[in-house]
Amino acid sequence: MSVDTAKNPDRPTTPGSSDASGSGTGELIRLENVTKRFGDHTVLDGLDFSVDTGKHVTLIGPSGSGKTTILRMLMTLTRPDEGTITVDGERLFPAPPKQVREIRKKIGMVFQQFNLFPNMTVLRNITEAPVTVLGMSRDEAEARARELLELVGLADKCDARPSQLSGGQQQRVAIARALAMRPQVLLLDEVTSALDPELVAGVLDLLRDIARSTDITMLCVTHEMGFARDISDQVLMFDSGRVVEAGSPEKIFGDPEQERTREFLGAVL
Amino acid sequence: MKWDWGAVRDFMPHFWDGLLVTLQALALGSLISFALGLVWALLMRTPSRWVRWPVGAVTEFVRDTPLLVQLFFLFYVLPEWGLTFSALTTGVFAIGLHYSTYTMQVYRAGIEAVPAGQWEAATALNLPRRRTWTAVILPQAIRRVVPALGNYVISMLKDTPLLMAITVLEMLGQARLFSQQHFQFTEPLTVIGVAFILVSYLASLLLRALERRLVR
Repeated sequence: MSVDTAKNPDRPTTPGSSDASGSGTGELIRLENVTKRFGDHTVLDGLDFSVDTGKHVTLIGPSGSGKTTILRMLMTLTRPDEGTITVDGERLFPAPPKQVREIRKKIGMVFQQFNLFPNMTVLRNITEAPVTVLGMSRDEAEARARELLELVGLADKCDARPSQLSGGQQQRVAIARALAMRPQVLLLDEVTSALDPELVAGVLDLLRDIARSTDITMLCVTHEMGFARDISDQVLMFDSGRVVEAGSPEKIFGDPEQERTREFLGAVL
Repeated sequence: MKWDWGAVRDFMPHFWDGLLVTLQALALGSLISFALGLVWALLMRTPSRWVRWPVGAVTEFVRDTPLLVQLFFLFYVLPEWGLTFSALTTGVFAIGLHYSTYTMQVYRAGIEAVPAGQWEAATALNLPRRRTWTAVILPQAIRRVVPALGNYVISMLKDTPLLMAITVLEMLGQARLFSQQHFQFTEPLTVIGVAFILVSYLASLLLRALERRLVR
């Protein structure tokens, strides 16, 4: 994980910047000079950053600072106005649709609002994409889906409809659904923000497990600072479309250098 | 004025013929309007305005002109171009086409009511566009629009007497023919009036049952 600050010399240099060479992990995601505007509002302004394979990176910062936009651009749900995005050495943006489809297979996403398909059973939600996109046999996909449901603690809910589940259960199914595609990268977009308070812990515990037990690269937007501290290799503090500060969780939460970071953490903790 | 059960009895064989034609026109007209309306709605979502513009213009034109005029046009003008169909076929097609321009709006609203998150989840899972439509969007959209489509079925039923204008002997056509031959108007018109009520009531029961099955 490194944040390239060359274009904004007034920003702090990043502790722990790594060259991809020699580390053995290598760079998986790179955004270069990415700008995104909504009308007159510039959400991201010439952003450069990269994520190394297997790392867990958390994006924090106030609403509207562009964190979610980064995840959405990586999932190709929204397009940058300028810049390039590269995943696993291949161009994701700009790129022809066919190439986008190929690269997108490496990326999975869990949404704030779960977005399960209400017209399908839980099992079918999980098997749909492996069968139709990866060409897995239905039997194989179902066996794998049952394993995943076991992992997320919902083995008994195969035949339920999403509407019959609590928010926390729906989110756990959504996590299983994303994992069923065996993504290299998992994008987590405020996955507990829509949950009742008592359901948050279960979902976060599950994600901690996944972070610990898999080598999946995670990019996470969250307001759960305790969770961010637990799972992150690196934390990025965003404000107004720029990275204000980046560093290890110990550094960011323990001894932030920037006033803006201190101010933000003071307000949310 | 007195009620003559004998006239009712004499009319009944003609009534059954007429009812059969009305039901045929209603069933086939509904099917055409449901299918064609969906086709219009999907064409209006294509990125190319060279598709959207003509589809929008044609459907707007059909929606804004009277069904009766369309019936006459199809029945009397098409044969001049060498296209001849039976009166019933022409009538069924005209009703289906006319109502497809309404059902198209219903589908559009239903499709737009599917939350953006469903599209996003489909993209995140890399589902092909076609599969996204058939497995995710349309099942949810259609479920939402069944009640509105049902209203158009009832509406269509009440428009079937227009087919009389192009010589189709549906219920009203049979009643009028019988009346003119026997100079008895009350009985046949009453019989078909009751029949219209019963058919729309049965149709709405059926639709409600379908709705309950779909909305789970």
